[in-house]
Amino acid sequence: MKRGRVWSWVAIAIGAIYFFVPLIATFEFSLRMRRGTHSFDAYAVVFSDQRFQASFLYSSVLALATIVVGVLLVVPTAYWVELRLRRLRPLVEFITLLPLVIPAIVLVFGYLRIYNSSSWLPLTASERGTDILLMFGYVSLSLPYMYRAVDTGLRAIDVRTLTEAAESLGAKWPAILFRVIFPNVRSGILSGAFLTFAIVIGEFTLASLLDRPAFGPYLQLIGANRAYEPAALAIIAFAVTWACMGLINLVGSGARGTAPAR
Amino acid sequence: MVVQTIVEDFPPIAAAPRRRLSWSWLGVVPFFAFTALFLLLPTGLLMVGAFQDADGYFTLNNIRNLFTETIWNAYKISIEVSFASALLGALLGFLLAYAVIGGGLPRWLRPTLMTLSGVASNFAGVPLAFAFLATLGPTGLVTVLLMYFFNFSLRSTGFNLLSFWGLTLTYLYFQIPLMVLIMTPALDGLKKEWREASSILGATRWQYWRHVALPVLWPSFLGSALLLFANSFGAIATAYALTGSSLNIVTILLYAQIRGDVLHDQNLGYALALGMIVLTGASNIFYIWLRARSERWLK
Repeated sequence: MKRGRVWSWVAIAIGAIYFFVPLIATFEFSLRMRRGTHSFDAYAVVFSDQRFQASFLYSSVLALATIVVGVLLVVPTAYWVELRLRRLRPLVEFITLLPLVIPAIVLVFGYLRIYNSSSWLPLTASERGTDILLMFGYVSLSLPYMYRAVDTGLRAIDVRTLTEAAESLGAKWPAILFRVIFPNVRSGILSGAFLTFAIVIGEFTLASLLDRPAFGPYLQLIGANRAYEPAALAIIAFAVTWACMGLINLVGSGARGTAPAR
Repeated sequence: MVVQTIVEDFPPIAAAPRRRLSWSWLGVVPFFAFTALFLLLPTGLLMVGAFQDADGYFTLNNIRNLFTETIWNAYKISIEVSFASALLGALLGFLLAYAVIGGGLPRWLRPTLMTLSGVASNFAGVPLAFAFLATLGPTGLVTVLLMYFFNFSLRSTGFNLLSFWGLTLTYLYFQIPLMVLIMTPALDGLKKEWREASSILGATRWQYWRHVALPVLWPSFLGSALLLFANSFGAIATAYALTGSSLNIVTILLYAQIRGDVLHDQNLGYALALGMIVLTGASNIFYIWLRARSERWLK
């Protein structure tokens, strides 16, 4: 038993080194901009960069839109499946898991093929149209996480009884959905929302190939052209990820999830 | 009263259910319409395109052309990197999860590990490449410190971040924690009673693992490893930010194809995408199958 414990500590130590060393190294690197001393110059340069502000704002707005559309799509569907169409559950679950099978780059390739400017629905012909297509793409990518988070929340409450209670008090469908179901799965929705935010904010593939000025392509551009700013940006991105995961823990639901690498 | 209940439980087959069915369907129309338009149709049309020539006629040429040298090599490197990072990630993640759950460590370590794993498994993409360049790149902290204290040159060993091992090492940063997150529920399912029972029956530690724990755990382990494989196989942002287009993995080739038709054949591009879906699809289907198997024991 004693020997087993030693090996457990060894495993933890290796894991901790793997986790912390790149972070420490990145932080140290980000402080090297001024020669011969450590300074926060790289951060100052990044924060005052017009493109940083613009692309971060763009991706944040896009993430919020993704969350709103995703929630409006997923919650009523999951609710309705739980209440009336249990038979469809395996099919719906299968479809929501498909984005884990279809790599993002394949998905966007498909978008460019059927929504290009000479197609029946030329979404990429205008900037606004492309924004909407990008947002729909992000809704698709976040489906597995959003659906699972909401579904776990829904299974924990008695949907049928709540619905009947609301109906017998005279509530109409919108009232049942927005004033009874939504508040009851709030923690699931919030977990899904923060995870979606973490996925969308730094996403590179879709934004880059649809040619939109999002944060991910900006990161890539800076990485290819600068020395110290990328390290500062990595620390900032890490802080955002940390904040999202912290908020998920805070709203505390059983629904945990992780994003795939994109 | 009794009769009434029975009638309600078995409504007349002809009228009521049909009306209810048609209304019920309406509730999921938005979901199916959305996923059809933005998930199924785009992917499906690519798959069809993989079997068409430039004029839209059926052909298997695109599939055959996947086995030409450039494309075949791209698949090979992708598969090797994904395989190595999935296998190492699965092993290390498993050991880490087991250390915290069954290794007799203080209780507070477990929630800490879970939180850190949640963060690390989501810290991917372009910033992860920056982090590893700042760590193991030519002027990265670890490279510099090794040189300063041990006069050890990482370069002289032939190590390079823009290579197979460099990319694998980088991917492990999100693969290991992902494994920890997936494996923890399975390890929780290992009941203490099983170990006690086997030791009462005189089993050694090895026999317990060989005949009890591993047979229960292997479907989850293998399934999780497959998920890790698919996860790194579809990844592009980290590799692209790390290596530019110097490392010829299949996602980067496809990226270049979408950007500028480097293969000079649109339909060959579709076949490239089809090949990716076939690989990630196969590993996911196998994963789901194994998952179902493992759940028999781990309820």
